[in-house]
Amino acid sequence: MSRLHLSAESVPALARHARLRFDRNRERWVLLVPERVMTPDEICVEILQACDGRATVGGLTAMLEQKYRAEPGVIAREVLALLQDLADRGYLIDREAA
Amino acid sequence: MDDRAFTEPGPARPTAPGLPMAVLAELTHRCPLQCPYCSNPVELEAASRELSRDEWQRVIGELAALGVLQIHFSGGEPLVRRDLVDLVAHADGAGLYTNLITSAVMFTPAKVAELAEAGLAHVQVSLQGASAALAERIGGFRGGHARKIEAAGWVREAGMALTLNAVMHRQNLDELPRIIEMAVEMGAQRLEVAHVQYYGWALKNRAALMPTLAQLDEATRTVEEAQARLAGVLAIDYVIPDYYAVRPKTCMGGWGRQFFNISPSGKVLPCHAAETITGLRFDSVREAPLAEIWQRSEALNLYRGTAWMQEPCRSCIHAEEDFGGCRCQAFALAGDAAATDPACAKSPLHAGLFSLAGAEAEAGSDRFLYRNFSGGAPEG
Ligand code: SF4
Ligand code: SF4
Repeated sequence: MSRLHLSAESVPALARHARLRFDRNRERWVLLVPERVMTPDEICVEILQACDGRATVGGLTAMLEQKYRAEPGVIAREVLALLQDLADRGYLIDREAA
Repeated sequence: MDDRAFTEPGPARPTAPGLPMAVLAELTHRCPLQCPYCSNPVELEAASRELSRDEWQRVIGELAALGVLQIHFSGGEPLVRRDLVDLVAHADGAGLYTNLITSAVMFTPAKVAELAEAGLAHVQVSLQGASAALAERIGGFRGGHARKIEAAGWVREAGMALTLNAVMHRQNLDELPRIIEMAVEMGAQRLEVAHVQYYGWALKNRAALMPTLAQLDEATRTVEEAQARLAGVLAIDYVIPDYYAVRPKTCMGGWGRQFFNISPSGKVLPCHAAETITGLRFDSVREAPLAEIWQRSEALNLYRGTAWMQEPCRSCIHAEEDFGGCRCQAFALAGDAAATDPACAKSPLHAGLFSLAGAEAEAGSDRFLYRNFSGGAPEG
């Protein structure tokens, strides 16, 4: 196994064992992963939902930039950092690399 | 993104428990292995007392309704149960995240495929050592080691997450560097390096299991070096042994707060070792709805929150963080489940514990008492 490095061309998708669900009892989104329950904030949920195994990191960043009218670059850095962190924990795969 | 494992704010008052996050479902106490530190009670529950498939399916529905998000199928060896695939499918269908805790020696490629098909997300395989000779001496089961390594490969091929759980003690700590390399070779995402916790069977075997302080320091160095080197490849969780610790573990995230355990016969326990505290009465899912047990169980309410605490915990700033440590350990070592866990440096028993650990590690017998249904078998 080697480390997965994401770039703008990567096509991220949640791994089979990382499951994004709406928790009806607590009325919030949760990311269920081995031994942990993570509680993503709104923007993070949006990013994870955009990781559909078809969009590239660059593509989903552009979509968010447009939606939030953000200055170019700011969102890109944040998205890549978040996704790389999830990849390092083994929760994301790259369909491009696969 | 919030990384704290379990972020649900806990109740301070015993009458208002929050929603539980995860449950350990002990399907059976039967197991082909006989590890001398097994976390099952010394009085194992007979197969005839086990909950049936229908009973488990009803309970799984109640768990999901109650707010539980993750179910850990455990044992004994859960693969002993013929209905395991049905139970996994039922839990997955109810929206629960499923994890299987297994020794893996009973896996077949067909069984792995069926479990993956049923929705199983995560498999946690126990490792007794790195070399077959030592691992099989500890587990008391010939041929198990090679089977485990093979089965881990099937799990990865089926796309399920793989965690290895290595229980460490004096007899196998010297193999830790090799265990870490094995975890990488086997394609695991996570490795848990957990020192033995001493209650039940492990308490009986404490003299043979207690590590030396030198071994512990070496293990900590090995883990820290590997964590840095393997970032992004293998996550290593490390649990240091209580007897050499300064602060106690936040046992189960607090008694009756976020987790519970269901025993093979349906008893609802705050943790898998809680039956070692004699005199507690546990409710069974056979007698009452789970939601009612979670709210009203006398045993769960007894040590919920912080109101039950004595000094030094009562006035300690860490009371809401570690909830006074482990109740089972307090009972085993201080004779009072409401005492401060002797693993804490503020416990009057702490210094004695530290020197006892050192003495047992230096002079204790290496001979095991193996876990079985008849009170244990001495190593021959
Ligand atoms: S600790 Fe060993 S004996 Fe106990 S259930 Fe696990 S594999 Fe079986
Ligand atoms: S005194 Fe009690 S609450 Fe304080 S650190 Fe020790 S065990 Fe925890």
